[in-house]
Amino acid sequence: MDLFEYQGKQYFARFGIPVSLGGVADTVEQAVAEADKAGYPVVVKAQVQVGGRGKAGGVKLATNEAEVREHAGNIIGLDIKGHVVRRLWVEHASDISKEYYASFTLDRGAKQYLGMVSAQGGVEIETVADENPDALARIYIDPAIGFTEAQARQLVEEAGLDAEARDGAIGILLNLYRAYVEGDADLVEINPLILTPDGRVHALDAKVTLDDNASFRHPEWEDFRDIDEFDERERLARSKGLQYVGLDGYVGIIANGAGLAMSTCDVVNQVGGSPANFLDIGGGANAEVMANALEVITSDPKVRSIFINIFGGITRGEEVANGIKTALGRIDISIPMVIRLDGTNAEEGRDILATVTSDKVLSSPTMLEAARKAVELANSSN
Amino acid sequence: MSIFVDESTTVIVQGLTGGQGRFHGLRNKAYGTKIVAGVTPGKGGQDVEGIPVFDTVAEAVAATGGNASFVSVPPKMAAGAILEAAAASIPFIVCITEGIPAHDEARVYNTLASQYPTTRLLGPNCPGIISPGKTNIGITAGEIALPGGPVGIVSRSGTLTYQALYELKQMGVGVTTCVGIGGDPVPGTNFVDCLAAFQEDPETKAIIMMGEIGGAEEEKAADFIRSSVTKPVVAYIAGVTAPPGKKMGHAGAIVSGNTGTAKAKMEALAAAGAHVVNNPTEAGEKMAEIVKGL
Repeated sequence: MDLFEYQGKQYFARFGIPVSLGGVADTVEQAVAEADKAGYPVVVKAQVQVGGRGKAGGVKLATNEAEVREHAGNIIGLDIKGHVVRRLWVEHASDISKEYYASFTLDRGAKQYLGMVSAQGGVEIETVADENPDALARIYIDPAIGFTEAQARQLVEEAGLDAEARDGAIGILLNLYRAYVEGDADLVEINPLILTPDGRVHALDAKVTLDDNASFRHPEWEDFRDIDEFDERERLARSKGLQYVGLDGYVGIIANGAGLAMSTCDVVNQVGGSPANFLDIGGGANAEVMANALEVITSDPKVRSIFINIFGGITRGEEVANGIKTALGRIDISIPMVIRLDGTNAEEGRDILATVTSDKVLSSPTMLEAARKAVELANSSN
Repeated sequence: MSIFVDESTTVIVQGLTGGQGRFHGLRNKAYGTKIVAGVTPGKGGQDVEGIPVFDTVAEAVAATGGNASFVSVPPKMAAGAILEAAAASIPFIVCITEGIPAHDEARVYNTLASQYPTTRLLGPNCPGIISPGKTNIGITAGEIALPGGPVGIVSRSGTLTYQALYELKQMGVGVTTCVGIGGDPVPGTNFVDCLAAFQEDPETKAIIMMGEIGGAEEEKAADFIRSSVTKPVVAYIAGVTAPPGKKMGHAGAIVSGNTGTAKAKMEALAAAGAHVVNNPTEAGEKMAEIVKGL
């Protein structure tokens, strides 16, 4: 789960990382109230999960109430690269003398945590890494051992942070590591981490991605789910616990396992079709999950045929078949579907499907053949 | 021959009394796998259709001599279960659990590496391992695999593992061992481990590798194929049509920037001499052609 900037700052604050004083606003009046609380001058910032907010006019400085009204009014509802702004973060504007960068994430290749600090913050860190790799200090951390103050000191010294910023930065790094590990984040990043003229170090931005697999031990994450910016289809899918990604085509895809689901999209593409979505019902999906998946797919008006590709391992064929039957009873499905079912209890599943009398439900023995049939049906219904 | 396991492997199922553990443990047993014990804390002394259940892995090992573990427990218990098996000196651990927090996985991997360097973990979030006709540890439906070789399979995706077995069976081609390494960020066993083992195995004459977008493991495998694999390799990568920046289902499949794209992986593998194919069916067809020419 990617957090919005304001959520990331609230999250950082829980771990003792200093952030600017500010608050959330969904209306112009709320923005004015938050600006009063934060103290002028303030920065009014669009809350969208997309880069380039500043250039798009989504981040503005305001020195008085009239300016807050003007900017908040302009930014709410603004479309930034397809993301419509519904919420603002209004915070006290900081004086900046230096901008740094700090982050922790997992290096999958090294199978260890990677901590990175740079004295060149405030810009795309990929650019720094490409153009001036020496400016990015890195340290590998053994997850079974942890991160020490000595390592934090080594990082800020190697990165060449200004002397007066070092102690503050070390404290923030130690807390940022806690936010990463104890907080079960996949990524924590501060860019920029700033030094103010009076010698304080604090986080001016917050980028946090939480590990959804760890949500069972973080009931407090519910707070972060208050607004979503997924499209309607993705929202519906998520509310039903499905792994769904909307695509632009017209063949609805349901498969079990990410690999097979991706492969199914690829094969539909190869036979001349275009997938409407990626939908992975996961391992061990039962009839209820299958029925939910069909509901999500059929809610997409672009979908002209459905390709259900199931290779049972932990998922059992009869559960899938029962789910399809349940869905047919629960919702009126007028879109043709092609089902390919193999693996665990596939025979039982096929027997159940044989009792479905709808002429909209077709079976196909192989993945490639099923893909061709699904694309054909979609084209003929156009 | 087979890699990592064979007909003499004796298996302890951690979580045998749970729904999945019971279903798949018994199914493995019916396949011919030597399932010697189950482990569920607090249920020691019971049995599951004649398979004795113990409270701890150490007790199960002492009583039965089991030398492999099949971990089928919920995500919050998985890290502890794996480390318990390692501490009980189990040399080969298969963990099928999906949804383990990434930090737990990273800690387990590095703890195994430093404290139990001879223990091999397969998974988590993997379908397991099957040496057709000999043993099947995990959730693969055994009937989709043809025994006898000469092909070894290694795959990052569970369902694509089944697809590969199925395609080969359609072509009448047998398999020595099929290893599903799983798609999580920190797998215990990777492509290179399996490619190296297949290269050493005299009965494996050719290898199918099923990869997917995200990470750099396929690129590492390509380097290894170039330097150290003399047997023919057929490679397939899923996710050509996946949009960048989207997380496709499990943690493994995410593309950022130019790294980890299907195209980059396919190019690296082709440059290393692998036969790169466009879909699982082509993988089966290409492999059948190679096997015919052996």
